[in-house]
Amino acid sequence: MLAHKRPIRWHIAVFLAPALLVYTIVMILPLFGTLQLSLFRGTSGGQVFVGLENFRTLLGDPRWSSSFWNALWNNVWFFIIHMLVQNPIGILLAALLSNPRLRLRGFYRTAIFVPTILSFVIVGFVWKLLLSPIWGVAPGLLDLVGLKSLFAPWLGKEEYALTTLGLISVWQFVGIPMMLIYAALLSIPDEILEAAECDGITGMAQFWKIKLPLILPSIGIISVLTFVGNFNAFDLIYSSQGALAGPNFSTDILGTFLYRTFFGFQLQIGDPNMGATIASMMFFIILAGVCLYLFAIQTRLRRYQF
Amino acid sequence: MSKARHSPWRSVAAHAALITYTAIALFPVIVIIINSFKTRQAIFRSPLAFPDEKSFSLIGYQTVLAQGDFFLYFQNSLIVTVASLFFVLLFGAMAAFALAEYRFRGNTLMGLYLALGIMIPIRLGTVAILQLMVASGLVNTLTALILVYTAQGLPLAVFILSEFMKQVSDDLKNAGRIDGLSEYRIFFRLVLPLVRPAMATVAVFTMIPIWNDLWFPLILAPAESTKTITLGAQIFLGQFVTNWNAVLAALSLAILPVLILYLIFSRQLIRGITAGAVK
Repeated sequence: MLAHKRPIRWHIAVFLAPALLVYTIVMILPLFGTLQLSLFRGTSGGQVFVGLENFRTLLGDPRWSSSFWNALWNNVWFFIIHMLVQNPIGILLAALLSNPRLRLRGFYRTAIFVPTILSFVIVGFVWKLLLSPIWGVAPGLLDLVGLKSLFAPWLGKEEYALTTLGLISVWQFVGIPMMLIYAALLSIPDEILEAAECDGITGMAQFWKIKLPLILPSIGIISVLTFVGNFNAFDLIYSSQGALAGPNFSTDILGTFLYRTFFGFQLQIGDPNMGATIASMMFFIILAGVCLYLFAIQTRLRRYQF
Repeated sequence: MSKARHSPWRSVAAHAALITYTAIALFPVIVIIINSFKTRQAIFRSPLAFPDEKSFSLIGYQTVLAQGDFFLYFQNSLIVTVASLFFVLLFGAMAAFALAEYRFRGNTLMGLYLALGIMIPIRLGTVAILQLMVASGLVNTLTALILVYTAQGLPLAVFILSEFMKQVSDDLKNAGRIDGLSEYRIFFRLVLPLVRPAMATVAVFTMIPIWNDLWFPLILAPAESTKTITLGAQIFLGQFVTNWNAVLAALSLAILPVLILYLIFSRQLIRGITAGAVK
């Protein structure tokens, strides 16, 4: 080929090298290092290869497995809340905003996106204060609509805490699906909508029959982004409930479980090998989810070229 | 354009829904900010009222500014964010150019390899990253954070920028080559200025998660001199739980700079998101 005649094109290597080096050394190698570490056990004589023993402990030893399944199930519930609440609200808001004759679009867009730019630490604390029974903002508001009896210290009750945190996270991130769907809706050509109108399809019917099928690929991408984000979450729970993910571990998700295992807490000392094992489990879960999306869902979605 | 008849009540309903949601989105932020300017009694007696002459107080802000090293934390966050952003944009653009411009063996494979990091979060490698940083003596330095964030931001940057660089006209680049420009000059002089809007998009996407991150500062650089503002706020809030004035003031101080920056750049940000970042 050409490469035989031409001299080596060094500039390609120069262009690629910095990104490739940083990315490989700081990201890819540690990822594999973590996977590898999960196959070893630290002893006084150094690291000993134990095969899948750590995974067996994590899934089989009752002390570990109950925490692990608890964290995994909580994480799944956290994800379900996002899929059922965040994405439909995001789509609804985007559909309302994409009406070209709507006034104040810019204002709504900007305002609804504000929570997304705030850090988890701020969001966690703000809601902790607002929902606090000491301060009385939430009971006061419920009192205005005559529902004061419904108030409970939601973040402090085992049965409500995780759902409350899920809804707080939805509040924070609803701007992202809204923006992405909004962009997808804007990119639908006017001719298609005009053709629909000529056929008498307007309003809600137009949304369900014409627009929704066209934005399905974007909804797919949002779902997979939500999945990766949720199974990687940590900050919100840590900053509002602490590393122990109280009350009584009811808000423990994989991220906080990993943090506690790796660094230790209270009387338990940190365990890098078990930490790596949990991180590897998270890696496989995320990988499975992403592969499921890429091979099972994305290939079936019909894409329309305009 | 859409000429469907819009009954007036339908647009009223749309506005009602959007106003309701806007209120939900802004209410918590507003409550925190107005209460940070009130006396302790007023905070509890009437949390939803605006401060007046009687209830106005800056005691919370005085406590915060006397207490924490917020300026140092702020400076740390700024250094980390700006440096990471610089490296992500420079290295990302260079790699994106190589992938978009040249045909060489392994091009597609290289693109896939770099795209892997979009889906797999870097946090999962934390255990080994910490070991790496300990081994190289970088624990509790800002350099460690900059390295990690650069690696974290690169995959998406390369992906988006290479899409945009494919659109730069070949004629322009070939004209440059005929005029004897080196490949490096073509990149820095011709291509980079043309993809500036895409760079702005990447910058915003890269910046927000770095500024707001708690995980890596907590693990890699928790020392007093290297705390970022997010970690500093987290620790301060934990210590002052019962001092409501201070907590509310600290939250407001953390919200305001980001909010102001956002309001200045929101047009750019939204245009960036809606201009084909994800298609």
